[in-house]
Amino acid sequence: MQVPRFWREIPKRYRLEAGKCSKCGYIAFPQRLICPECGAKEFDKMNLAGKGKLATYTIIRVAPEGFGDQVPYAVGVIELDEGIRTMAQITDCDPETLKIGDRLVSKFRRINEEGKTGAIMYGYKFVPDVGI
Amino acid sequence: MREVAIIGIGMMKWGELWEKSIRDLCVEAALNCLKDAGTDRVDSITVGTMSSGLFTGQEHLASIVPDYLGTKNAPAMRVESACASGGLAVKSGFMEVASGLSDFVLAVGVEKMTDVSGGEATYALATAADQEWEGFHGVTFPGLYAMMALAHMEKYGTTREQLADVAVKNHFNGSMNSHAQFPMKVTREQVMNSVMVADPIRILDCSPITDGAAAVLLTTVEEAQKITNHPLTVISGIGHATDTIALSQRSDLYSLKAVEIATERALKMAGKTIENIDFAEVHDCFTIAEIMVMEAMGVVKPGQGGPATSDGFSSLEGSFPINPSGGLKSKGHPVGATGVAQIVEAVNQLRGLSENRQIKNAKTALTQNMGGSGGSSVVHILEVK
Repeated sequence: MQVPRFWREIPKRYRLEAGKCSKCGYIAFPQRLICPECGAKEFDKMNLAGKGKLATYTIIRVAPEGFGDQVPYAVGVIELDEGIRTMAQITDCDPETLKIGDRLVSKFRRINEEGKTGAIMYGYKFVPDVGI
Repeated sequence: MREVAIIGIGMMKWGELWEKSIRDLCVEAALNCLKDAGTDRVDSITVGTMSSGLFTGQEHLASIVPDYLGTKNAPAMRVESACASGGLAVKSGFMEVASGLSDFVLAVGVEKMTDVSGGEATYALATAADQEWEGFHGVTFPGLYAMMALAHMEKYGTTREQLADVAVKNHFNGSMNSHAQFPMKVTREQVMNSVMVADPIRILDCSPITDGAAAVLLTTVEEAQKITNHPLTVISGIGHATDTIALSQRSDLYSLKAVEIATERALKMAGKTIENIDFAEVHDCFTIAEIMVMEAMGVVKPGQGGPATSDGFSSLEGSFPINPSGGLKSKGHPVGATGVAQIVEAVNQLRGLSENRQIKNAKTALTQNMGGSGGSSVVHILEVK
C-alpha cells in the first residue's frame, strides 16, 4: 500500500474517528459523505470508544501477501458499544479460546509492513477486555 | 424490449491450463460457442473478467478479444463486478440485444489465475472485499465466508457435516462433467478432515483457483429461429442487486440480501415464483455460500439450507436440484468465467444434453452469480420454448 493511501485514513485507523449523522444519528465508520439511512450530508465528528463484543470471527491459516508471518491469526467482526460493527484482528489471546459474545477492547498496534516502500502501517486491533 | 435467445454455448475443460494464455482461453470458448450456434456472426462483444490486471498483468480485454477472435473493429466492452463479472457480461449482452443496439452479441467470461503464485492469487481475490477496512487487516475470502459460516451456525445450528454435504453433492455431480477441473467424488469425512484454511472452512469447502473461459451467443428470437437447430432457449428474467462492500456493514452476518433482491427481481420480470423453477446453478464459492444462497432465493426457509442439503433436497434426484454441473466447487471457479459457465450448463440442461447428470423435464432454470462476500449478485432465468 502506497504511503498516501495509508496516510489519508490515519484519523480512522489511529483514533477510530467516525461521523455521526446530524439528522438521524447514524454512525458512519469509516466516515461517509452521505448517510445511507436518511440521505443527509451533514455529519458531526466523533471518536468511537473502541469497546464492544465479538459478533463472529475466524482464524486465518492461509494468509494473503504480506501477512504470512502472522499465521495463525484471528480476525472478527466486532459489535461496538455505539451500535455499529467493524472488522479487525483479535490478538493477545489464544485464538482457539475465542467465543462469540466475548468482550473486546481496541489497541493501537502495528498491522503490517509494506513490502516495496518498507512503510510500517499502524492501526487498531482488538484484545480481550480484562478491565485494564 | 426485444425477446432474447441464447443460440450458442461454449467452454473447455477447466483447470491449471499452463499452456494457454488469457487470450487463448477467450478465443477457444468463443469458437466453441460459435460452432455450437452455427453462425459466426458477432456484432458486438461483452467480456467479463474480475481482475485480468492482477492475475495476468493484462487489462484492455475489450481490444484483445475482438482482435484475436478475428472480428477486428467490432465493438467490445469489459464489465466487472468481481466474481459476478460473468453474469454481468451476459446481462450486458442481453441489454444490447433487447434494446435493438445489436442483433448478435457474444458474451465471454474469463479468468486466467495460475500465472501468479498462490499468495498473489489470494491477494487478487481479496480485492473483491473492502480493501481499506477488510483487506488491510489481513482478511481473506475464505475468512469472510468463514465468519458468515460461524454466524450461520450460531444463529441456526447449521453443522459442520451439513457444510461438507454441499461439497459431497457438488463433486458427485461434477464427476459426470467432462469440463470439470476436479471431477472426483469426495466423502463427508474427506471434507471434514481436509486442511483448515480459515476456521471452520477447510480446503474442500473452497472452490479452487482455476484457468478457464466460457461464452454464450445472444440474439433475438426471430434471428434464432432462422439459424438454430437446438430447442429455443430464452432469457425471460434478469435480476441484479448490490449490498455493502464490507461484511461488517450488512444488516446481519448470516444472510445474503443482494441475492434475495436479485432473485425477486428476476422472478418478477419472468412472471414466475421460485416454485416454477426446475433447477438452479448457484454461486457455491464456499460450501456455506450454497446454503445461504438457497435461503436467500427462497428455495428453503432461513436456517433450512443445511438440513435440506443433507436430506438430498438439492441433489440431482431431489425436489430442487442445485449445481448439476458440479458448481464452482468441482467444475472450478475462474472468477470472471463462472457466471457465463452457469448459463452454459443451464442451456445444456434445457436442451436435454447433459447425459448422466441430466435433470428430468427441465424447462425453467435459474442461475445465480455473486460478487465478493455478497456485495453484488446477478440472477438469470432461462426457459426452453
